[in-house]
Amino acid sequence: MDVILFLVFAIIAVVCAINVVVQTHPISSAVSLVGVMASLAVLYLLLGAEFLAAAQVIVYAGAIMVLFVFVIMLLNAGAEAKKGRSFTAQLLGLPLLVAFLGLMAYFVQRLFPQSTMVHFGGFRGGGAAEIGHALFTTFLLPFEVTSILILVAILGAIVLARKEMD
Amino acid sequence: MPVNFGATATDLIRFLPEIILTVMGTALMVLDPVLHKRASHAFGHLSIFALLAGIGGAVYAQSNPGTAFGGMLVVDGFATYFRVLVMVVGILTILPSYGFLARQQAETSEYHALLLFSIAGQCMMAAANDLIIVFIGLEISSISSYVLAGYLRDDKRSNEAALKYFLLGSFATAFFLYGVAITYGTVGTVNLTAIRAALSGADAPPVVFITLAAALMFVGLGFKVSAAPFQVWAPDVYQGAPTPVAAFLSAGPKAAAFAVFLRIFLTAFGPIGADWLPLVWMAALLSMTVGNFAALMQTNVKRMLAYSSIAHAGYVLVALTAQSDTGTAAAMFYLAAYAFMNIGAFAVVSHVSGRGERYQNIDDLAGLGRKQPMMAAMLTIFLLSLIGVPLTGGFFGKFYIFKAALESHLVWLAVLGLLNSAVAAYYYLRILVMVYMHEPGEAAGQTEPLTPGFRLALILPALGTLFLGIFPTWVLDCAGKSATLVK
Repeated sequence: MDVILFLVFAIIAVVCAINVVVQTHPISSAVSLVGVMASLAVLYLLLGAEFLAAAQVIVYAGAIMVLFVFVIMLLNAGAEAKKGRSFTAQLLGLPLLVAFLGLMAYFVQRLFPQSTMVHFGGFRGGGAAEIGHALFTTFLLPFEVTSILILVAILGAIVLARKEMD
Repeated sequence: MPVNFGATATDLIRFLPEIILTVMGTALMVLDPVLHKRASHAFGHLSIFALLAGIGGAVYAQSNPGTAFGGMLVVDGFATYFRVLVMVVGILTILPSYGFLARQQAETSEYHALLLFSIAGQCMMAAANDLIIVFIGLEISSISSYVLAGYLRDDKRSNEAALKYFLLGSFATAFFLYGVAITYGTVGTVNLTAIRAALSGADAPPVVFITLAAALMFVGLGFKVSAAPFQVWAPDVYQGAPTPVAAFLSAGPKAAAFAVFLRIFLTAFGPIGADWLPLVWMAALLSMTVGNFAALMQTNVKRMLAYSSIAHAGYVLVALTAQSDTGTAAAMFYLAAYAFMNIGAFAVVSHVSGRGERYQNIDDLAGLGRKQPMMAAMLTIFLLSLIGVPLTGGFFGKFYIFKAALESHLVWLAVLGLLNSAVAAYYYLRILVMVYMHEPGEAAGQTEPLTPGFRLALILPALGTLFLGIFPTWVLDCAGKSATLVK
C-alpha cells in the first residue's frame, strides 16, 4: 500500500514537473505546477508531516498559484515563441541529465546499502504543535530573520515597480 | 509542555549589529513620508550613524565571544573582523552616494534602507555557524543587491544589470541550496561544527556525497565572489549598476561571501580538505588568468575594474587553497586592502563619469593629471595598490597570500599568481599613462563640484590603503589572532 501510494504520487509529480517545462502556454504550465504542488503535499502527508502538507496546499497550491495565474492574465502572456536551442544543448542536454540521474541513483544504492523502505506512519511529530515548538525554540533565529528577507523583497518590489512621482 | 523561548540577553548582544542595522533600515522606510524631499541627506546621515553604532555593537559583542541561539551564530574574532569590514565598506559606499543620488535625482530613503539590509545580511553571514543562517544571510544580502543594481530605473543598462544579476544569482543560490540539502541528507545536521565532528568521527559518511555537496556549495559561493568559471555576470553588472553600488558589490558582498567560504570549507569541510583542494586550486588559477587577460582588452573603466575584481577573487582563493591559519589571515588582510583600494578607484570613476555616467571609457581619463591633479593623485594611489606596489595595502596583501601558498608547498600556484600580477600591472599602468601623458579630453575638463562627503569618500580609502601598506602589522596581528576558526 505504501509503495503504491508513493509511486502513484511521485510519478504524477515528476510528470507534471516535466510538463511545466514542456508546455508553451504559461497557463498550462501554471496548472501543471498545481499538480506538482498537490502531489508533493500527498507525499508529505504520507511521511507524517501533516502540517507541512496542509501548508503546501494552502500556501503553494492555493495562494501562490492564484497569484501566478493573476499575473499571467494581467500581462496577457501568450504562447512562448519557439527559439532554436543551441546545438550543444540539444546534443548533450538529455544524455547528461540521464547520466547525472543514473550516477546519483548508483551512489545512493551503493553507499547506503543498509537503508530500508520508509514505513509510512512510523514518523510522528509533523503536527502544528511540534512544528510551532521547534520554530520558536531551536529555529527561533532563522524564523525571525526570514522576516527581514521578506521585508527586503517587498521593499525591492516597491522600488522597482512604483511609478515615477514627478 | 514547558515553553522555553531561546533568546537570552547574551544571545541578543551577540546579534546586536544585525539588530541595529535592521531597526534603522525599517526606521528609514517609516521616516520616508515624513522627511521626504525636505531632507534627502538625512537618510544618508542616519545610515552612517547606524553603521557606526553597528561597528560599536560588533566590538561590544566581541568582549564576550561565544555561540548564540543554540550554536546558530558564533561571535569570534573572525566574525567581528568581517562584520566591521562590511560596515566600513557600507560607510565608504554611502559617502559618495550623497552627490551621486542628487545628480541622478534618485530617491534616497529606499536606497539607504536596502543598503542597510544588505549589510545586515552580510554581518549575519560573517557570524553564521549554521548553513540555514548562511543561506538566509546570503539571500538578504543578494536580494537587496539585485535591487540596488537596478536602482536607476530609467537607465537601460542598470535594468539589464539587475535582471542578469537576479537570474544568474538565483541559479547560483539553487546550487548552494542543493549542496546544503545533500549535506543534511548525508550528515543529518547543518551546523558547521557538527558537520566537522561528523566528518572526522570514526563512522564518517561516504566522502563522495560530502565532496559532491562541497562542490555544489562551491558553485554557489564561487558565483557570489565572481570566481571563474562563474564570473560571466560580473562585467555586465558592474558596468550597468550605479557606480557607488558597483563599488559596494565588489567589496561588501564579496568579503562576506569569502568569510562564508573560509568558514564552511575550513571548518565544516576541513577534514576532507584534500578532496576539494583541486577544485579550489583550478578555480583560483582560472580566475586570475581569465580576469587579468580579459581586463587587458577592455576600453570601459568599470568593465576593466570588474575583470580586475575577478582576478583579485582568484588571489584570495589562493589563500583558501593554502588551508592554514596563515592563509586565512592573508585572505582577511587582502579583503580589507582590496575593499579600500577598489572603492577608492570606483569613487574616482564615479566623479569623472559625470552626470548620467557618460564618461566611462579609459580615454576619458586622458589629461586628468593636468586638470584635476588631486583626483589623479588619488587614482594613482589606488591603482598602484591594485598592482601591488610596495608601501600600499595591495603589496602586503599579495605578499602574505603568496607567502601562505609557499608555506603550504603550493609553489606552482604562487609562481603562476605572481606572473599574473605582472600581466595585471600592464592594464593598470595603461590608465596611469592615459592620466598623466595624454592631452586633456572633454571629460577631464568638466568640474563637478566636490561635496564634503565625496572628499571623505576619496580620502578615507586612500588613507586606509596607505595605512595598510606602511603599518600592515596592526591589521595583520588582528587578522592573525582571529584566523583560528572555531572548530
